[in-house]
Amino acid sequence: MSGKKIGEVILDVQNISLRFGGVKALTDISFNVREHEIRAIIGPNGAGKSSMLNCINGVYQPQEGAITFKGQTFHHMNSRQVAEMGVARTFQNLALFKGMSVVDNIMTGRNLKMKSNIFQQALRFGAAQREESEQRLFVERIIDFLEIQPYRKTAVGKMPYGLQKRVDLGRALAMEPTVLLLDEPMAGMNVEEKQDMSRFILDVNDEFGTTIVLIEHDMGVVMDISDRVVVLDYGKKIGDGTPDEVRNNEDVISAYLGTTH
Amino acid sequence: MAFFLEALIGGLMAGMLYSLIALGFVLIYKASGVFNFAQGAMVLFAALAMARFSEWIPQWLGFDNKILANVLAFAAAAVCMMIVAWAMERWVLGKLVNQEGITLLMATLGASYFLDGSGQMIFGSDIYKIDVGMPKDPVFLLESVFQGGVLVNKEDVYAALIAAALVAALALFFQKTSTGRALRAVADDHQAAQSIGIPLNRIWIIVWSVAGLVALVAGIIWGSKLGVQFSLQLVALKALPVVILGGLTSVPGAIIGGLIIGVGEKLSEIYIGPYMGGGIEIWFAYVMALLFLLVRPQGLFGEKIIDRV
Repeated sequence: MSGKKIGEVILDVQNISLRFGGVKALTDISFNVREHEIRAIIGPNGAGKSSMLNCINGVYQPQEGAITFKGQTFHHMNSRQVAEMGVARTFQNLALFKGMSVVDNIMTGRNLKMKSNIFQQALRFGAAQREESEQRLFVERIIDFLEIQPYRKTAVGKMPYGLQKRVDLGRALAMEPTVLLLDEPMAGMNVEEKQDMSRFILDVNDEFGTTIVLIEHDMGVVMDISDRVVVLDYGKKIGDGTPDEVRNNEDVISAYLGTTH
Repeated sequence: MAFFLEALIGGLMAGMLYSLIALGFVLIYKASGVFNFAQGAMVLFAALAMARFSEWIPQWLGFDNKILANVLAFAAAAVCMMIVAWAMERWVLGKLVNQEGITLLMATLGASYFLDGSGQMIFGSDIYKIDVGMPKDPVFLLESVFQGGVLVNKEDVYAALIAAALVAALALFFQKTSTGRALRAVADDHQAAQSIGIPLNRIWIIVWSVAGLVALVAGIIWGSKLGVQFSLQLVALKALPVVILGGLTSVPGAIIGGLIIGVGEKLSEIYIGPYMGGGIEIWFAYVMALLFLLVRPQGLFGEKIIDRV
């Protein structure tokens, strides 16, 4: 990862606490993400990784704390706002539109880029027609990039799991996000599929300069591709730094690495 | 032969009208992933609004032109249905994002009773008429081919044409527009749709409005045939076998399913009925649907549900 320019802080998470009734999912979590970096969030099961992502994404509203994105500070956000500001995400348990084709799934990611109104679309005149084919072109580029051309018209529900994960990524990429949140992009994949997915993530980061926040269980992958790592355990932050720093952190070893290696 | 054709055409016409109601179910199921129990109540509500506004508006504005009265009443009833759609999103569905299908189903069951009651409270509970100038006289076709020709009800022909046009427009809207795509996306997964910036609330208002309009058209056609009264909402029950047959997620399925049920009903009554003492038209559709469930639970055009284990 030499020669990559890591920029200013683009996303700053400050003292986030999230409770579900009496259960503390997150306690006083702070960390930041710099432009163009790949930032991993790791931790044992139930550590609060997905909850953290859902707070950034506006799915959960944390009781305390704030999130600063591109210089604007928010205490409450909703999913749509977040999407409009250029944050895209993928899901741990695939949340694809299963009945729709690959093309249509990824096209939905262009939804916010569409400007023509419903009547123009219905009558298919002028602007709407042109817009649709422009967006379609963009989608085709994503399909090429993710190497899923043969599945273009296939209903997503019928595709192999590993490829569905790619469509999920493709839909997020279609939003041309500045920040991409990936929730366990490699869960349930075999070694080969993991390598492919790592390559796509690195390429996205490299070619489009997209900032990536990533949750992942596979330690090998995390240590290989991320620039900095946050470690959570029982909803608390126990480590933060480069992969090497984290690897040698005593708390991390006892909480997480120690149990798996 | 002429008799068979007559029965066939009669069945197709009736089927088209079933399709129209089934379409309301399919639209909402596709976009909200909820089986809308309130569809029948919406048909009744819309028909009541249409019937009463076409009386009231000429009185309020002091004119006596039936066409104008009907046009204005249609517009007013359409606005009513949009208000219902908006209210449904604002107070019911909007609060139930990401909930289980069964929760949403129960919510529409509640909405159904609410619409029933409020419709009769606002518009009255007598039997009303809708008169949109549908011709009632029968015509004879193909007189040169068959002796006596084939008797067809003009009203049915018009109704079927209206239904067909509406269905074509909706199919186009769903498959070809990006709003249609967004609707399908919302139907598949609320959370994912939100994450890519599709505004759930707006989509819901659109789709319930469209379903409201479909209910209005269905209400007008059925209402002018049967009169507007409480039992009008029971025509929605006729649409249940149609959606089972055609598949809950398919607009073309609603059409084909409707036609099959319509024709099946008529022909079974004529050709099988006499052996069973007649009157099988009423339940034959349900038996067909039941048999279909055994063979193709997802319906003719429905999406096959594949669950990974």
